[in-house]
Amino acid sequence: MAGAARPAAGETLMPSSAAAPRTLYDKIWSSHLVRDETHDVPAILYIDVQLLHEVTSPQAFAMLHERGLPVRRPDRHLATFDHAVPTRPAGEGGERPFVSDTARDQVETLASNARRHGIPLLDWEDPRRGVVHVVGPELGLTLPGTTIVCGDSHTATHGAFGALAFGIGTSEVAHVLATQTLLQRRSRTLRVTVDGALDDGVDAKDLVLYLISRLGIGGATGYVIEYAGSAIAKIGMEGRMTICNMSIEAGARAGMIAPDATTIEYLRGRAPMSPEAFERQAKEWLELRSDEGAIFDREVRIDASEVAPMATWGTTPDTAIGIDAAIPEPGSAGAQRALDYMGFAGGERVADHPIDVVFIGSCTNGRISDLRAAAAVLRGRRVHPDVTMLVVPGSSAVRDQAEAEGLDRVFVEAGADWRLPGCSMCIAMNGDLVPPGKRVVSTSNRNFEGRQGPGARTILTGPAVAAAAAVAGRVVDPRSLEPVDAA
Amino acid sequence: MQRELPFEPFRILSSRTMVLPQENIDTDQIIPARFLATTQRHGLGELAFYDWRRDAEGAARPDHVLNRLDPAGHRILVAGRNFGCGSSREHAPWALVDYGFRAVVSSEIAEIFAANALNNGLLPVVIDEKTHRLLLERPGAEVVIDLEQECLRLGTHQAAFKVDSFARACLLQGADSLGWLLTAEPDIARFEVQRNHLRETEATA
Repeated sequence: MAGAARPAAGETLMPSSAAAPRTLYDKIWSSHLVRDETHDVPAILYIDVQLLHEVTSPQAFAMLHERGLPVRRPDRHLATFDHAVPTRPAGEGGERPFVSDTARDQVETLASNARRHGIPLLDWEDPRRGVVHVVGPELGLTLPGTTIVCGDSHTATHGAFGALAFGIGTSEVAHVLATQTLLQRRSRTLRVTVDGALDDGVDAKDLVLYLISRLGIGGATGYVIEYAGSAIAKIGMEGRMTICNMSIEAGARAGMIAPDATTIEYLRGRAPMSPEAFERQAKEWLELRSDEGAIFDREVRIDASEVAPMATWGTTPDTAIGIDAAIPEPGSAGAQRALDYMGFAGGERVADHPIDVVFIGSCTNGRISDLRAAAAVLRGRRVHPDVTMLVVPGSSAVRDQAEAEGLDRVFVEAGADWRLPGCSMCIAMNGDLVPPGKRVVSTSNRNFEGRQGPGARTILTGPAVAAAAAVAGRVVDPRSLEPVDAA
Repeated sequence: MQRELPFEPFRILSSRTMVLPQENIDTDQIIPARFLATTQRHGLGELAFYDWRRDAEGAARPDHVLNRLDPAGHRILVAGRNFGCGSSREHAPWALVDYGFRAVVSSEIAEIFAANALNNGLLPVVIDEKTHRLLLERPGAEVVIDLEQECLRLGTHQAAFKVDSFARACLLQGADSLGWLLTAEPDIARFEVQRNHLRETEATA
């Protein structure tokens, strides 16, 4: 259920006439209604795929076990471990360097729950294992028009394919395990239209950080965002995933992008169906979009040319500014607290301060295009002697691809640490953490106090800016680095 | 279903408030990620706001409001705007409930947190800005939250709030929604049969 932040019942209900133009969200919503909502009871929404990871699922399985309930559709689930896993390889005896026994126990609990209930599991040796929001699309599980949930707020990532995908709590994970449905209220809709072209050197992460700075951290609470416009159409699937991924950082329930030729190209060969069935499906998917004249509850327009390479100065993701812009003077106690925490002052630039750590990875920016962007900056350059750099691929497939392209050698030769896939330093619960008081330039999604370790100071950027920061020892525009000697 | 109620029914809560005025208190503050490596959902109250209540060495900061006040007498958390943003971890309401809170009041509460709270008998109360300001200005005030009337009282000041009607019914009865959802099984099965367009896109991992 949508919770207390909703307006009064009935306020957001759309006209039910079949002829009324509908949004992409409306279409997916209504095609998954087991029962429609009434004033008294939320809708029962059918869930096509639930993704499971080790942190938010053990208590959900326990809720089922306490009641003696089976998993209703194990075939509509996929389990992978990512949050608590070590990113260093197993020792000679095969012992994995977990940060704690409880972390090991949590991973083993997921594996045993998956086996007990017949849920497909991407186990250690599985070449497809990785971060849940990276592997879903890689495996072709993320399909247009479907509903996808996970006990993880970054589930909106999958909306890049024109799916309705959102994060849920553990009780709701149990609801889906037991019934393949959720109680839901219809969300309000917000269309973000981005027209024009992004400058060279500006990427999808810069765009979404810019958007969140415009909306504010709670600015889209209660809404599902549809991203549209000519600038979005030009962005590849991985960039679209980066954008949808961070919808929650503005409070949105989900973010989505209508399928187009780019989507179909990505899915061809991945979607688990015969080539004939795929081509038939592809035609339907290309029709799946908001109708002309569909009414959104709210509209926001952005000119892509306004977006610069971005970096955050504060402790919420909506504090991004252009990397050459001045940090705003604090207008509230909260802003002052954020500046104090970060060791910044109003009027300075983020670039005025040295940094200590760089992290490339996460469900936001741990895909092959992100690693390519970082490697392109690092090729022929060295990580600054005062900086520690960690590169963590989002999945085994990303890692294999990067190694096939020689990107791992670029990272290692530059002085970075090349790790095994996982969430790693984004959530810092596997032992990969930033020391207290140190500044990290991170391609992840949250710069909350302590997010990357107690006392850690996080600056969020895209992968190219992060790699350039690793070289310069402070945040810089990658285009401003000294050219690499052609020899 | 004849089973133990998942939480005490919630009708009228009368208690003093504990105030955390910061805006945008995210779930990483409510319970830091490094404590999520657990398979339990009980006993997390000690970890609520851990990095606010304790210094870098883990010693309690005696002056922090969460250490100073008795949770048993302060069951209403009043927080700055946009409480509970960020991660979807249900560990956040688990920790708050185990600490002793039964209601969280703010002018804005993040959506996933609110849903998680309701599933654990923790009432998220979104209140108008004037009432919110009054509550922030008076830490420790005696407040009555009447869920039946959907009304919050602070002295002579009264303010209405809305809770989803189904969630409200669950809270009033101390029932969780899974039992109810399970009774929809015939409709769910019928839906699956009627809908064939997914047949070709089965999850095949």
